[in-house]
Amino acid sequence: MKTAVLVFPGSNCDHDAYHALKHVVGVDAEFVWHKRSSLDGFDAVVIPGGFTYGDYLRSGAMAKLSPVMGAVRRFAEGGGPVIGICNGFQILLESGLLPGAMIVNDSLRFVCDYVHLRAGTDRTPFTRGIPEGSILKMPVAHYQGNYYADERTLSSLEERGRVVFRYCDPDGNVTGESNPNGSARNIAGICSEGGNVLGMMPHPERSAEEALGSADGRRLFDAMVAWLGERPA
Amino acid sequence: MKAKIHVTLKRGVLDPQGKAIRASLSHLGIDGVEDVRVGKFMEITLKEIGVEEARRRLDEACRRLLANTVIEEYRIEIGE
Repeated sequence: MKTAVLVFPGSNCDHDAYHALKHVVGVDAEFVWHKRSSLDGFDAVVIPGGFTYGDYLRSGAMAKLSPVMGAVRRFAEGGGPVIGICNGFQILLESGLLPGAMIVNDSLRFVCDYVHLRAGTDRTPFTRGIPEGSILKMPVAHYQGNYYADERTLSSLEERGRVVFRYCDPDGNVTGESNPNGSARNIAGICSEGGNVLGMMPHPERSAEEALGSADGRRLFDAMVAWLGERPA
Repeated sequence: MKAKIHVTLKRGVLDPQGKAIRASLSHLGIDGVEDVRVGKFMEITLKEIGVEEARRRLDEACRRLLANTVIEEYRIEIGE
């Protein structure tokens, strides 16, 4: 079982993701430079956070054109698990692998804080075993995490069980006060129609050990490993 | 030949920067400003490929990279 951690110019959570996978969860991980055009031999893909290409033009707009993103598209179409975290989520949105877009936080401030998330579906490889309504604590760190999609898209995401995480208070109530960035309907993470592609603004790789203030993020990677273990070869 | 491309947020998409700028203008005592929308402006220099061809290529450029049509709209001006 081998996971790919993509590295673009400006990725800065790549080592955190690698550490969480390899040293905390104990699964094989390998950095994959964005110029590579194949993901053959990998079982899961992590698109880490950062500021790819300095966020030029729009967050993720340049990274979507890197050769590796063609391979990610094929990998995702084949049902392989892909998780995009923070800037990785922005790249998935810009690529059209997930619907919607990110705009600047409504506070106009870079937000760097712990948030609580309410799980919305256990049908992704990363949330298997995390029942709907579970509350997870993870950090966010972003300036453009204000999720936007038109009303029809938002309703479709909800109806089809594609809202994976919403910002909530510590008791699990989805409130305006617990929304750190103005995201539509408190959305913190969504998945593809098939469920295998997950994009989320909070950082599970930075909350995979108690020493970091929360180990809840580890649950996503443990779920991924369990999902891969059960998957027919 | 030169082209100018204006990329702006679609109507209905919240523009936090525009709102903050409008408030700052009001603090400066510059009254009567009802709304501010912040966008991007790009000047592009092209080879002499003709106006129609330039428009076709720039439209593709906007759709595929320069604008995110989920949240933004664009306008292309082609000059001399």
